[in-house]
Amino acid sequence: MDFDVIVIGAGPGGYVTAIRASQLGMKTAIVEREALGGICLNWGCIPTKALLKSGELYEQLSHLEGFGLSVTGKSFDFSKVIERSRGVAKQMSSGIAFLMKKHRITVFDGAASLEKGAPAPKVVVRLKGGEKTSLTAKHVILATGARARTIPAIGLEGDGDRVWTYRDALAPKTCPKSLIVIGSGAIGIEFASFYRALGAQVTVIEALDRILPVEDEEVSKAAHKAFERRGMTFRVAAKVTRLSKSKTGVSVALEAGGKAETLEAEVAIVAVGITGNVENMGLEALGVKVDRGHIVTDGHGKTNVAGLYAIGDIAGPPWLAHKASHEGVHCVEHIAGLKPANLNAPIPGCTYSSPQVASVGLTEAAAKAAGHEPKVGRFPFRVNGKAVAAGEMEGFVKTVFDGKTGALLGAHMIGHEVTEMIQGFAVAMTLEATEEDLMATVFAHPTMSEAMHEAVLDAYGRALHI
Amino acid sequence: MSIEILMPALSPTMEEGTLAKWHVKAGDTVKAGDVIAEIETDKATMEVEAVDEGVVEALLVDAGTEGVKVNAPIARLAGEGDVASFDTPASPAAQDDVKGGPAPTAKVVPEATPARHPEQAQSAVSKDATTAPPKLNGSGDRVFASPLARRLAQAAGIDLKSIQGSGPHGRVIKADVDAARDKASSFAKASEDRPSTAPARQHQTLEQQGIPAGSYDLIPLDGMRKTIARRMTDSFRDVPHFPLTIDLEIDGLLAARTKINAMLEKDGVKVSVNDLVIKAVAVALKRVPEANASYTPDGIAMHHHADIAMAVAIDGGLITPIIRAAETKGLAAIAAEAKDLAARARDKKLKPEEFQGGTFSVSNMGMMGIRTFASIINEPQGCIMSVGAGEQRPVVRNGALAIATVMSVTLTCDHRVVDGAIGARFLGAFKALIEDPLTMIV
Repeated sequence: MDFDVIVIGAGPGGYVTAIRASQLGMKTAIVEREALGGICLNWGCIPTKALLKSGELYEQLSHLEGFGLSVTGKSFDFSKVIERSRGVAKQMSSGIAFLMKKHRITVFDGAASLEKGAPAPKVVVRLKGGEKTSLTAKHVILATGARARTIPAIGLEGDGDRVWTYRDALAPKTCPKSLIVIGSGAIGIEFASFYRALGAQVTVIEALDRILPVEDEEVSKAAHKAFERRGMTFRVAAKVTRLSKSKTGVSVALEAGGKAETLEAEVAIVAVGITGNVENMGLEALGVKVDRGHIVTDGHGKTNVAGLYAIGDIAGPPWLAHKASHEGVHCVEHIAGLKPANLNAPIPGCTYSSPQVASVGLTEAAAKAAGHEPKVGRFPFRVNGKAVAAGEMEGFVKTVFDGKTGALLGAHMIGHEVTEMIQGFAVAMTLEATEEDLMATVFAHPTMSEAMHEAVLDAYGRALHI
Repeated sequence: MSIEILMPALSPTMEEGTLAKWHVKAGDTVKAGDVIAEIETDKATMEVEAVDEGVVEALLVDAGTEGVKVNAPIARLAGEGDVASFDTPASPAAQDDVKGGPAPTAKVVPEATPARHPEQAQSAVSKDATTAPPKLNGSGDRVFASPLARRLAQAAGIDLKSIQGSGPHGRVIKADVDAARDKASSFAKASEDRPSTAPARQHQTLEQQGIPAGSYDLIPLDGMRKTIARRMTDSFRDVPHFPLTIDLEIDGLLAARTKINAMLEKDGVKVSVNDLVIKAVAVALKRVPEANASYTPDGIAMHHHADIAMAVAIDGGLITPIIRAAETKGLAAIAAEAKDLAARARDKKLKPEEFQGGTFSVSNMGMMGIRTFASIINEPQGCIMSVGAGEQRPVVRNGALAIATVMSVTLTCDHRVVDGAIGARFLGAFKALIEDPLTMIV
């Protein structure tokens, strides 16, 4: 037996899993076919945040007069914006290499495939140099992540030129003048936000009847308005029937409300969900149960094959880095015979647009559908002192409580840096706080977080500043 | 930076244990690998070794404390340098970890909990107040529970103290209250005693049942007794079991045993009737694999090997060490292994992996003169065989009365996996092997 645990895939699910396994005294290896840190660090979460920061700063330059400041000759160098983003990704990825070394995790640069074996499948790695090496372990954990979903039948397929997936959108040579974003989930909205901030004409197409459809309806509505104020246009409840390319751009045919329409733009970004990386690993031969691109697992990440586990995007939604890390830690702690933290802990979700959107737990509609009689509170930032002082008055905080027990069921926010605030409610939910505890918590003044307190009070008719 | 030493899990299923003995005291210097304490689980006593080095700052749990939850802090080391301890819990919420499982009655607690060691109390005060150790054996009034759990328990009229917490450091969380409420309602009409599975149920004291206080001595439940009570209650209530009894003529077997023992004498091995029974069970299970099975909600687990658990009576209870893959082992090997396991079982020196698992149990009370009995299924195993005494009995042979040495065995079957016909087929195969022991070797 070469290892106690082999993790396949070094994204935020895989590398965190490997570190935890090593902390628990397991001899651990990790196999990565591309770059340590996976999509998250190299082509996702992190580099997009770098781009969005550039976009946000640039956008703010237009609002400086209100603060008594003036600036002349504002402009941007697109290649430098991209260069900074790539630099950030590179810095973070090399950080992972350091972490692997620190935790004495053996890194194999190559693509892994599985073969029958006991007590766990054998891992065959095709190393970057071309040679193959065969590894054995007591436990094999798949964390190969996912990639952009494509629908080639109607042309929703990246070509790296006119039709982009998130990968192309992260490092284009020039900033497009016009852009159509297909899909209004977090990925689509973040790119729409970035390119709009740099001046591109942006149209977002969403198949469902509202943008950011996983969010609470009120948040979707507020986001729609906020983005429109920034000059974005939307087509909701719109079905793309065909995406076609020309030398100069793309045209997107769509149907909305029974009417057909064709939109033209320089570039289109396809952000219609993701699909698990389950191919070319020998999963079929092993008989691993896969359902619609995702590996089927039990409550601890176990697949139907002995010794084989799956965590993160490959094991199903929500496709979030922190969910992958949480599952990975749970999985190895379970393997080690510990009693790991609840796998069903509430998982916050964030969209880093301008303004930002963040939420955790049930939406008001979902709470009702689940049979709760929710008590709902809201508090707008426009009456929050810190927000007014900072000129960040857009948005609000919304809380959803169970009317009977006072359990916090969910919290939803839109506004400046709300992605940094949602953790407060995530902690409260994980600790099973009730409205009483949240009301009794002292929030620092002046902070935008005070709106969280007020939204709790408001659910019980006790808001102080409105 | 001080390092908390946590109650280790000595086996995958261990939830709590008794801190039997400390080998160190406050002020001692320990290094990795030093034995610092002995921990008694429901089945065995095991030594705990230090993983980090440093000076023992305080012992947080008294020797003899029962029901110490896995991962509860038991001692604190003043570390040298910044020794990383990833599992150190940030919260001092350990008080009710040690308060532990519900004591049978409140009266037992003081006797079962020895007084705090003076040196321990001292060290606890002398250190920086901000790092004072969590109070472990306090009044026990404070129950750690999530706010939501408190509110739900209050609404349901359930005493939080009666609930075993499953959250971090044994904190009672919503799921625990929900489970207790479900159990309380489903058991509301039941009348018999269910010590382990109905924590929310009000326990009637003996006094309430008409047995005056002072008319008996109360022996505190140790880990083993609690485990036996819990496992047997669960099994007897939840497993639909039935017994099948068969008589075996063992004159041939006894003769074979004499011959075998004469042969093995020079090796110092002595084969018992029980060893022959284990061997025959293993071979019979290979012939009727359906009897070597476990019920699981996902399906019936057909075991690849006959891992035979043999019941061994020990001080204060019993334990079932396992002869793994007995179908692959010869008689001499089985005899040697059984002898070694039984001896170490009596000394409580078995390792968890030596008594956990097993696919089929054999319980032999023949040597105690018991003629027939039906054991309780040892979950998750599908069958348990109860072996009675071999004795001379009248038998009818070709229409005439004759004397034979006869042994009755009873197979208790889990009807969810082993139906009557399977049980009968297994017993048939077993009888054939016992009555013609030569066939065991082919």
